[in-house]
Amino acid sequence: MALDAKIPAGKLDQKWNDYKDHVSLVSPANKRKLEVIVIGTGLAGASAAATLGELGYQVKSFCFQDSPRRAHSIAAQGGINAAKNYQNDGDSVFRLFYETVKGGDYRSREGNVYRLAQVSGNIIDQCVAQGVPFAREYGGLLSNRSFGGTQVQRTFYAAGQTGQQLLLGAYSALERQVSLGNVTMYSRHEMLDIVKIDGAARGIIARNLVTGKLERYFGHAVLICSGGYGNVFYLSTNAMGSNVTAAWKSHKKGAYFANPCYTQIHPTCIPVTGDHQSKLTLMSESLRNDGRIWVPKNKGEKRKAIDIPQEDRDYYLERRYPAFGNLVPRDVASRAAKERCDAGYGVGTTKMAVYLDFADAIKRYGKVEVHKRGLNDESAETISKLGKEVVAAKYGNLFEMYEKITGENPYEVPMRIYPAVHYTMGGLWVDYELMTNVPGLYALGEANFSDHGANRLGASALMQGLADGYFVIPYTLGNYMAGQIRTNAIPTTHTAFEEAENAVKERIEKLMSIKGTESVENFHKRLGKIMWEKCGMARNEKGLTEAIEEIKALRKEFWENVKVPGGIFEMNPELDKAGRVADFLELGELMCKDALNRKESCGGHFREESQTSEGEALRNDEEFSYVAAWEYTENNEILHKEELHFELAKPSQRSYK
Amino acid sequence: MEHYNMNLTLKVWRQKDENSRGRFETYEVKDISSEMSFLEMFDVLNERLVQENKEPIVFDHDCREGICGACSMYVDGRAHGPWQKNTVCQLHMRAYKDGDTIVVEPWRSASFPVVKDLMVDRKAFDRIIQAGGFVSVNTGNAPDANVIAIDKAKSDEAFDAAACIGCGACVAACPNGSAMLFVSAKVSQLALLPQGDPERRTRVMNMVQQMDKEGFGNCGNIYNCEAECPKGISVKNIARMNREFLGASLSSEV
Repeated sequence: MALDAKIPAGKLDQKWNDYKDHVSLVSPANKRKLEVIVIGTGLAGASAAATLGELGYQVKSFCFQDSPRRAHSIAAQGGINAAKNYQNDGDSVFRLFYETVKGGDYRSREGNVYRLAQVSGNIIDQCVAQGVPFAREYGGLLSNRSFGGTQVQRTFYAAGQTGQQLLLGAYSALERQVSLGNVTMYSRHEMLDIVKIDGAARGIIARNLVTGKLERYFGHAVLICSGGYGNVFYLSTNAMGSNVTAAWKSHKKGAYFANPCYTQIHPTCIPVTGDHQSKLTLMSESLRNDGRIWVPKNKGEKRKAIDIPQEDRDYYLERRYPAFGNLVPRDVASRAAKERCDAGYGVGTTKMAVYLDFADAIKRYGKVEVHKRGLNDESAETISKLGKEVVAAKYGNLFEMYEKITGENPYEVPMRIYPAVHYTMGGLWVDYELMTNVPGLYALGEANFSDHGANRLGASALMQGLADGYFVIPYTLGNYMAGQIRTNAIPTTHTAFEEAENAVKERIEKLMSIKGTESVENFHKRLGKIMWEKCGMARNEKGLTEAIEEIKALRKEFWENVKVPGGIFEMNPELDKAGRVADFLELGELMCKDALNRKESCGGHFREESQTSEGEALRNDEEFSYVAAWEYTENNEILHKEELHFELAKPSQRSYK
Repeated sequence: MEHYNMNLTLKVWRQKDENSRGRFETYEVKDISSEMSFLEMFDVLNERLVQENKEPIVFDHDCREGICGACSMYVDGRAHGPWQKNTVCQLHMRAYKDGDTIVVEPWRSASFPVVKDLMVDRKAFDRIIQAGGFVSVNTGNAPDANVIAIDKAKSDEAFDAAACIGCGACVAACPNGSAMLFVSAKVSQLALLPQGDPERRTRVMNMVQQMDKEGFGNCGNIYNCEAECPKGISVKNIARMNREFLGASLSSEV
């Protein structure tokens, strides 16, 4: 099947307006007869469900958590980008677009990214109107900060809890629609299959996680807003429940999976302490605004960080990338940390960490405060005290979190950080309308692949999730729904529902019947280890080839020896997890296959065979300027290519030097 | 930070489902590292229970970063355990020493029925938000974000109230099972901001009405809620909600 991204004709900055001017509309009376299923209640899912409810569609919203407010968007810390240019520092829609394409290492689609930049400002307007308490200046207007990969201040934030505040805004809009009867909420429900009738998505099979019963739901369209698949690595900054299941089931029902190997390893996370570790915690990238990253210049340095003098410290990001310094994009910062640690300069007990130091920022802010307050006292104590207050106001909750986890006070000693899996740029292939290649099946937010190319810039995930849900899908879904007004709701007694339910039932029974000796958790850990070592920050042909065989063997072992306790018709988190890990065991292989196929380095995908003499990622535009979209078949995944064309953002070697 | 290993005795509430009788079960756990989180200790115990062909202990958890509000354990008589301004997922085992006995229960509230073991149903909170915890603004209605300047102090105060994670610790900690800290945090956030002003009267009336309907108790000014709130939400919000409620009651048309 040929991949048609359906990018509207015309100039880049006119495409979206032209599209909106000519897209089919659905009358209010008809909207009331049309049903939409939304999977997931993060920023993309909650904003889509709320907005479609406002428009008058009948929406069914699903999440596996006990409340839609707990979706993992809640944990996003740093901020959300928007091309408002409130700081008068030269920002524009074009610049946000351009930097996003460049940051993504020229592996995203220009049309989608331009639209993202265009609607970014509307998102901020909408959130403020909902009562989202963004940070403000003394004059009462909104505050901004800068973020990695950019030279302007376009990031809006709410302390270190931006995701929480944005999600609670979307959640409140969603709950309002629930109270009005436009949205029906199904919490503690997990989607376990897509139901297709005559080639189009017409519903889902979901499992009620409290009773264990399978339930059937019809929809004229189904929206997958289930987030990313970072938990394939076992350890990641994702929530424990984050999973690929909804996206993977869609893939197995025909939706192409695009660029699965593009994963983002975030540079600033709290390092692993031991085998008991269940997840990793991010320290917001915003900390790199004020924190300086360094390692000792001497191998085997024994002194404590605060006792190491300046001349014995290597601020390696400032040294290697003077133009951007500590604010280089995430992929660059992560690889640089790995490089130093692999070379033997790491710190902490495991030597797999680098310092993130706030001492200079505390001093700098302290001095400013002394002048601002007209104090005569310029003693080191006063400066330090006032400086710490400023830092606390900016990052207080992050510092507290760090101290709770590590038992160390980052106001006094530098943080220890190391990269960790954080976000997945790959996802379900979608066209300009966010529809997968299966009619009526859409993917929004992190679950799709379209906007971040091979690397996502900081503060852009929140922007994309809300852009898709609030401002894109309400238009593009209408274009499809206009053709559905003659389709009555299909009863869930239809054979397609019955067959799908039976297949889901069989799989659950199979999982329960194995009664092997190894826990689901152990299989997940073993998969994660393979993925991290061979498909993590650096990849090569040999490792990837091995990984594919190892995953195949592990998957076989899983289906012969997994042990799932408890019963089917009860709350059974082990069973829920078994289904998710089974899907990760299939996805992992596809990720390695995709990484093996892409014999170039781009963004988060670093192939050791493809680097410059200075160790920077080396793209190969001649051969790989395409989206790799994989089609599932029983025995193999088939590669389809969507060639990328760049009209305005001409590909160049990324340089942050 | 020095770390050490410890052996502990856990007394954990086990309950098959909402309608079954629950009971405490005792478990010995060994070689627990002080670097583990409290929930990682439960992971270790659950892994062992699976190996022993027993049912693992069910509890709510997701982000393990103290922000999603899912985790909800009542540890030694305190919501979220011994640390101040903390969720139980962020509690680390260095809070304990070798030989300690720890008692773990679910949130206790008639309005939060037990789903299984340590997991409870908090849909009552969602229904309270449905009653009015929002600004009625459809997507696309919004004016430019900087059209309205908002006093930074007020905005910061609204943010402090908005930091609530909806975990329900306030209810669990309150002898009356009152949800007033949760409800007042949302009422305050929106009452402090100009965006929330047009609906402030109906909002507080409807949310309080729903809170009562859900069976939550009244505030007795004991302030356990503030003491146990992982986000440090202030009881001043309750006073503000009472003022808002009184004002709305007096000014509403009869």
